[in-house]
Amino acid sequence: MDKKTGKPTPAEPEPEVSIYESLIATRPKEPPTRRAFLTGATSLFGAAAVHVLLAPFLGHAANASGDPTRVPGALATEYGRRSPFERAKRLTKPQRSRTPLQDLHGIVTPSALHFERHHNGVPLIDPAKHRLLVHGLVERPLLFTIAELKRFPSTSRLLFVECSGNSGKEWKGPKGKTAQEIHGLTSTSEWAGVRLSTVLAEAGLTPGATWMLAEGSDAAAMTRSLPLDRVLDEALLCYAQNGEPLRPEQGYPLRLLVPGFEGNTCIKWLRRLKLVSSPVMTREETSKYTDLMTDGTARQFTFDMEAKSVITVPSGGQRLKKTGYVEIRGLAWSGRGRVEKVEVSVDGGKNWRTARLQAPILPKCHTRFCLDWRWDGGEAVLQSRCIDETGYRQPTRKELVEIRGTNSYYHYNAIQSWQIDEEGNVRNVQV
Amino acid sequence: MFRRQTRFLLLLFVMVAVGPADSWGTSKSGPFHLGRVATPDEIQAWDIDVAPDGEGLPAGRGTVKEGAEVYAEHCASCHGATGVEGPGPALVGGQGTLASEHPVKTAGSYWPYATTLFDYIYRAMPFVAPQSLTSDQVYAVTTWILFENGLVDKDAVLDRETLPKVRMLHRNGFVPDPRPDVN
Repeated sequence: MDKKTGKPTPAEPEPEVSIYESLIATRPKEPPTRRAFLTGATSLFGAAAVHVLLAPFLGHAANASGDPTRVPGALATEYGRRSPFERAKRLTKPQRSRTPLQDLHGIVTPSALHFERHHNGVPLIDPAKHRLLVHGLVERPLLFTIAELKRFPSTSRLLFVECSGNSGKEWKGPKGKTAQEIHGLTSTSEWAGVRLSTVLAEAGLTPGATWMLAEGSDAAAMTRSLPLDRVLDEALLCYAQNGEPLRPEQGYPLRLLVPGFEGNTCIKWLRRLKLVSSPVMTREETSKYTDLMTDGTARQFTFDMEAKSVITVPSGGQRLKKTGYVEIRGLAWSGRGRVEKVEVSVDGGKNWRTARLQAPILPKCHTRFCLDWRWDGGEAVLQSRCIDETGYRQPTRKELVEIRGTNSYYHYNAIQSWQIDEEGNVRNVQV
Repeated sequence: MFRRQTRFLLLLFVMVAVGPADSWGTSKSGPFHLGRVATPDEIQAWDIDVAPDGEGLPAGRGTVKEGAEVYAEHCASCHGATGVEGPGPALVGGQGTLASEHPVKTAGSYWPYATTLFDYIYRAMPFVAPQSLTSDQVYAVTTWILFENGLVDKDAVLDRETLPKVRMLHRNGFVPDPRPDVN
């Protein structure tokens, strides 16, 4: 245990209380009255905000008894919104936002909470004007409208997308506080579209076409070169996410999705596929998404996102208020296939128990795991490790750093440790 | 019997007519007859990528002196007066730091190809006005950055012939992915 980094400094602010924790740990003995409910909500949002937020739900019954069975509810709406009592949100910086993993259930990330990463903003694209150009080493260079792409045989898959920089600051120590802050650059959606291979067959590959340059129509004109032999089987050209057209920050109206590959290869706002015979060596695959080793060499085209897991409840910034039953919950995934097994330790890695995996357990997709636990009020260090179908086991931090040093920034997939102190506070530590 | 044969021939005709493109050579459409053939002008308008061998480099040229002017006007506000101050990413320096505890990855110390510098500036810089510089301006500012890193001399003139020949320090510093490498 690293006592230096594990202990809070006196200046450290109180840990944030999660929705889960506030609902579970502070549950009142009696059902709340309407007055108590509104008072509580008022203290959270401010009176004016509550009025605005609750108005559609109160209808003409604002002065009614508070029993929702005695007043007509709100009317139907064209495009739904979540309850005004729900507050889970992305953690934003100008060019990225992180998914609140600790607030989610199951495996699907709501589209509005899917992490974002862009290299010069989210473009506003009229789908009627958008075109996909397929050219280079093809029999016929073709231009497609979105409507035409939607006419091809369609397919869909539940898949995770993870930024290769996810958890990257942890190479240098336990920098982040919450699961969201540290690991929030991963999300899962149902992605629908047409197979890349179908569209490329329409243009007809010519001999010598071994790589493909994919380019976005954002202000970075983001580009990556991809080896055809690794992407042809599975890659999708997606126009939909979780049943509706892509969100703008996810590439509307068209994105590439390469299952299990680092997120930046899944070019958003896709406008061009150029078939070539060798990689173009763009900025993103030379100066940026390459992994610097201690000897000064850098690994290039490190596409696969290796097996990883994180306990989301309890996790950093949360607080256990009562001893007793806690369901440890988390997410596990692997860019190389299915999650075979997740093991959980509550004593910093000395002993391991096998967690329950919730169905569905899909390849290259977040998988939910759970484990029953009884917190006795003492100090504990929670860890999880993912073993995927290839037999690969998520490494400890020590094992990872021994091989790669601490300069590579990308592809940090070491076991996460959450320390719980005697007051129930949960903190990020590295053991 | 006759009717069955007719139906078979009819089916065969339909299969050939909608079958894979290969069955009638250099067709203008693929198996689904979707999309339309792009014109050379349409392709040229978007085909801006530049490969390490120089393929894709446009006409034009630039010098260190011209590049210093372009840099001061369009780049220095983000990357600093001499390319090291920021607040944007450092463009100059860092040579000899890659194997240290604090590596500084710049065009001079880390980028393996000079063509990538041209490609990236041409497609994505300046950050607030991407694709606003002319080919000459991009050649010039690329030349200036390479000069500041000691990779070309003061009198260098870079164009589609000379740029791909610039030798970058970290050219042989990249290795293929050896993973899984742990466990």
